[in-house]
Amino acid sequence: MPLPPEAPLVFAEKQRGAMRLASVDPAALAAGLRPGMPLADARAQAGELAVVPHDPVLDQQWLDRLAQGCARYTPLVALDAPDGLILDIAGAAHLFAGEAGLVADVEMRLSRLGMTLRHALGPTADAARALARYPARPAPDEAGAIRRLPVAALELEAEATTALVRAGLKTIGDLASRPMANLAARFGADAAMALRRILGDAPSPLDPRVATPPVAAERRFAEPIGSSAHATRILAELAGETIAELAERGKGGRHFRATFFRCDGLARTIAIETGHPTRDADLVMRLFAERMDSLADPLDPGFGFDMIRLAVPRLETLGASQLKLEGGAARAANEGAAMDELADRLATRLGRHRVRRFRPADTHIPEQAQLELPAIDAPEPLPWQAPEPGEPPTRPFHLFDPPQPIEVIAEVPDGPPQRFRWRRAFHAVRRYEGPERIAAEWWRRRDNGGLTRDYYRVEDAQGRRFWLFRHGLYDEKPDPRWYIHGVFA
Amino acid sequence: MRESSHPLAGLRQRVARIAASGGPESRQSAGWLASGHAPFDAALGGGLAVGRTHEFFAADALDATSAAAFAALIALRTPGKAPLIWLRTSDAGKRGGHIHAPGIAELGGDPDRLLLVETADPKMLLACANDAIRCAGSAAVIVESWGQFPLLDLTAGRRLTLGARDAGTTLLMLRLAAAPAPSVAETRWSIAAAPSRALEANAPGAPAFDLELLRWRGGPAGTRWRLDWNHDEKCFGPDAGDAALSGALLPLPARRAVASHGAAAA
Repeated sequence: MPLPPEAPLVFAEKQRGAMRLASVDPAALAAGLRPGMPLADARAQAGELAVVPHDPVLDQQWLDRLAQGCARYTPLVALDAPDGLILDIAGAAHLFAGEAGLVADVEMRLSRLGMTLRHALGPTADAARALARYPARPAPDEAGAIRRLPVAALELEAEATTALVRAGLKTIGDLASRPMANLAARFGADAAMALRRILGDAPSPLDPRVATPPVAAERRFAEPIGSSAHATRILAELAGETIAELAERGKGGRHFRATFFRCDGLARTIAIETGHPTRDADLVMRLFAERMDSLADPLDPGFGFDMIRLAVPRLETLGASQLKLEGGAARAANEGAAMDELADRLATRLGRHRVRRFRPADTHIPEQAQLELPAIDAPEPLPWQAPEPGEPPTRPFHLFDPPQPIEVIAEVPDGPPQRFRWRRAFHAVRRYEGPERIAAEWWRRRDNGGLTRDYYRVEDAQGRRFWLFRHGLYDEKPDPRWYIHGVFA
Repeated sequence: MRESSHPLAGLRQRVARIAASGGPESRQSAGWLASGHAPFDAALGGGLAVGRTHEFFAADALDATSAAAFAALIALRTPGKAPLIWLRTSDAGKRGGHIHAPGIAELGGDPDRLLLVETADPKMLLACANDAIRCAGSAAVIVESWGQFPLLDLTAGRRLTLGARDAGTTLLMLRLAAAPAPSVAETRWSIAAAPSRALEANAPGAPAFDLELLRWRGGPAGTRWRLDWNHDEKCFGPDAGDAALSGALLPLPARRAVASHGAAAA
């Protein structure tokens, strides 16, 4: 049903068993609707409404995207869920002709995205946050404005705020003029701490969305660039600059992160990883090209990129390299490097968890005896269980996880299987060995870890070798089930 | 007629030049993946040629493990630490089982050499195989596919083979649940599990393979072998239990004979 465009827009969610408004737009606000109101009441009051289900996860994702875009102003951007961002602009404002210029830039970009901005600048993160979130009366300076904030800005429990207001302490300034010890004694140390943070007496550390990378290079453009190919060329130049800095420090990068800032305020981050530290700009660019080719949604310049940043968040020591002479060792080293690059390239294309190496795990539960780790993490090799000389393998080549249920006919209940049915085919057991009894890890779990398994290696009439087990002893379980857990070579 | 014969002659010359400068068949192989069983290797002129494509078909869906293990073992037999790149689609683990590294270690292979690559679909499998095969320094590249692989047509197969030839790598195509079809492979095998030599108390013995050479570019096909894997020596050998079955001396003519011998041995 098409709604008139001027219909008030509300977001509704189920709260306490009824659909209630979660947030409303200015038109709805003008019609007297408020968050928390039941949807039925709102409909009765305002007539036609555009109702959208409230989705906190999407809100969070959108906030995260905005935060990513705000990384153009400063690397220190923290989320203040559900609808706030805190930027540490110390030492960054001069790039935008001062604080006023920076705020104007933020407002300009966010208004293009249809966002309404309420901002405040403060000496500490908590002060700025309180000033932005709570209405304060005009004041000549920041300190004065903070002292005129309502006590609700401390965000204590509702009873505590009410008690303060009843006691006549309506503003932060009223509280600050009294001894801190009394406040702590009456409302707890947290209240005193919140007050000290807002006043700037205690540090209010920021929890940035991404840590500041040790090495980064960026380029800003007077005119937005609209072609992805041009952006890639700029990225290659940045790669050259960061690599030069890495070389000076004697480091190599393991992780490279390119962020493309669009002029509408959003940004796109593309990251690559390598299994070994590298200072090879061509390799880095090849991996970036691989990553961009495999993106489900390609890099979209929109109205153009106006800034590109390349950061190297993860460094490792990498000694200076020298050109090698032709020879066997050099060739082997080249081949090793080529293999590493192949693993990096495939992991970049397919995802880091799809290119794996095997490592043993110290357990006798068969399905947990191996770890498959991303090759890009370059896991340390560990020794494997050596085979018994002269004995056939006791572990299968292929393992089913989870084990597949089978139907078994055994001569005696706790004896070896004679015939079994798997995947709609019968197999007659010609040879068997077992049982190999594997108990559950009783020291890990309260219920003794589950049932004991009796494993049999069996060979059928065609010569295929299977690994079957009975899940549970007869004194553990009345009718234990049988499973096939693997196939031997 | 005259106009059309000129381009035709030019094309013929080009074909002749390409053939002279080396199709995949004309160049001498750089080495062999040997099985360690002398008669088997001798019959193939040294083993599975390096720089070529070899296809392993599982004789039955249930023989998938035998085919996979044969391909892995013949590659992991090579000395050194060169990695074995194993490409499979991500649903392969559910279908035929996950590769179990402790089992490979018990077969005498080094699981640290395995680099497992899982792709979402067969198309990406082929693309990654093309990259992997062009990277020198691997022991072999195993490409595991399930069912008929329509993307792997003659063009795609030839591209892979040329890549393997140029980089000196070996491509082992593991074709499970598929029927043998014409391809550019150097050798094509059908592999099945064979009854093992029983140990004490009728326990299953060392892994045994029943191989049939379906096609070989360098010579006659149709020979059959029955090989046992000896993990102490890290080599394939004849069936130690039954001298009559040490088949490489007298390649067995038909599959049924092996089965009946195996049953008799049991």
